[in-house]
Amino acid sequence: MGFFIETMLGGLMTGMLYALVALGFVLIFKASGVFNFAQGAMVLVAALAMARFSEWSNAALGGDSLFLANVIGIIGAGAVMFLVAWAVERFVLRKLVNQEGATLLMVTLGIAYVLEGLGQTFFGSEIYSINVGMPKDPVIMFEGLIEGGVMINKEDFIAAALAAVLVGGLTLFFQKTAIGRALRAVADDHQAAQSVGIPLNKTWVIVWCVAGLVALVAGIIWGSKMGVQFSLVTVALRALPVVILGGLTSVPGAIVGGLIIGVGEKLSEVYLGPFVGGGIEIWFAYVMALIVLLFRPQGLFGEKIINRV
Amino acid sequence: MNMTDTNSSSTAAASAPGRRQGEVILDLQNISLRFGGVKALTDISFNIREHEVRAIIGPNGAGKSSMLNVINGVYHPQEGRIMFRGEERKKMEPHVAAQQGIARTFQNIALFKGMSVLDNIMTGRNLRMKCNIFQQALWLGPALREEIAHREKVEEIVDFLEIQHIRKTPVGALPYGLQKRVDLGRALAMEPQILLLDEPMAGMNVEEKQDMCRFILDISDQFGTTIVLIEHDMGVVMDISDRVVVLDYGKKIGDGTPHEVRNNQDVINAYLGSGH
Repeated sequence: MGFFIETMLGGLMTGMLYALVALGFVLIFKASGVFNFAQGAMVLVAALAMARFSEWSNAALGGDSLFLANVIGIIGAGAVMFLVAWAVERFVLRKLVNQEGATLLMVTLGIAYVLEGLGQTFFGSEIYSINVGMPKDPVIMFEGLIEGGVMINKEDFIAAALAAVLVGGLTLFFQKTAIGRALRAVADDHQAAQSVGIPLNKTWVIVWCVAGLVALVAGIIWGSKMGVQFSLVTVALRALPVVILGGLTSVPGAIVGGLIIGVGEKLSEVYLGPFVGGGIEIWFAYVMALIVLLFRPQGLFGEKIINRV
Repeated sequence: MNMTDTNSSSTAAASAPGRRQGEVILDLQNISLRFGGVKALTDISFNIREHEVRAIIGPNGAGKSSMLNVINGVYHPQEGRIMFRGEERKKMEPHVAAQQGIARTFQNIALFKGMSVLDNIMTGRNLRMKCNIFQQALWLGPALREEIAHREKVEEIVDFLEIQHIRKTPVGALPYGLQKRVDLGRALAMEPQILLLDEPMAGMNVEEKQDMCRFILDISDQFGTTIVLIEHDMGVVMDISDRVVVLDYGKKIGDGTPHEVRNNQDVINAYLGSGH
């Protein structure tokens, strides 16, 4: 029993981290109708910037204050993400108003390569570490309830809590504020949004900034877990089935999708794995996404596609 | 009702009670618009006076929508000047037109389909919201009060257009006629000085058309909004507009009161074919 709960909690926490990356996809899709393939590259760039800026400022400060170095790192990385958002709007999206979704999709592929290249040019392509003082030691909980207790990784727990707060805040921002409404309006119809006076340029910069911020948080968390290296890009690939499962347009969908896939992966690996020789974790998410697509093409929480004929 | 107005139906419409034609608010001078080699508009001049209902009519492909898109800032004519309140208007984006008080509806309905009727109309209040992104994100008092004030205005519009029963419905799920009404509501929420209506009656049945006519006249009477309206159905237009511009193949072939336009030989030819 204790082991089962442990596996499940582990899954939930990993799921929350998937949700965090998935959130980046959903935000941009909601606000511009674009599936942003560059999200993974943004996570990488954000993590690289964070790692290097804090490393440099730590050296400059003589290693006295890791906290201060991290704050400078976060500010520096935030500035880089703002710059990315501004540049993407100024040099790419502005030229592509009212274009087909497929065109925009291909463009984000291009943006991904440019970001990966530039990021590594400026910040280097070694393996770096981010140390934001996350506690690494596991703790035993619920000892009174279950024999032997449940072992929880503190780092995962904090990361999951952070992700949950971010996700909740962004949901409210999108649903309850005037700017959130304007962002949704732009996603729905460029022309109509302009006709009521919503400036597309500003809106896109805001959205890409928010997505950059989410990428930064994801980059810091994943980066401090697995080290900052090129393979961070693949984190985005893990979030792909999450977005499909939860629905491209739904922030809560990203969370629930992340949790389902996180838990599903871990449980299936532990309980089904032995029968098929393991390795389930790698393909499980995609199969689940596929099954959902069969029954609900818009995902679990996506907006129902209404077509009048 | 004034006794003299009942003499002929066309003059009655031309000087409908309570409607005053004010100063020229928008003056279009020698507008020409080309797409590559295709001439969409050729040397068109006409003006729009404050508070009037101004119709632009013409057969399909006459350039009516292009004209509207010029006024709205979507298209930029290669030649000609647009004077807005006596000042020449520079080349601009549609959202700047919105800031200047020009609202529009769309021929093919461009609503935010996934959003509720209320949210759709609320987007029309966007320009009037003054709180910045941080106040909104943190739900500070001013942002909340602002939201409530604008919501009240939106409810007034919902009442005005008689769409109370569908307030929370996603617009994508509504029948066509109601979507048209929401489209109008969103434009109205901007409290525009000039309201551009792109074929507001297209594809509607007789009852829906009558409703729409009633709303257009009510808007004109109650708010004094200047209305520019595109239609290819002549009958409806003649009853509700003060002045009519007629386009055919991108050229202006008639301009005047509905009565004058109706008796214009070029207009008759364009609509019925020159054989008649």
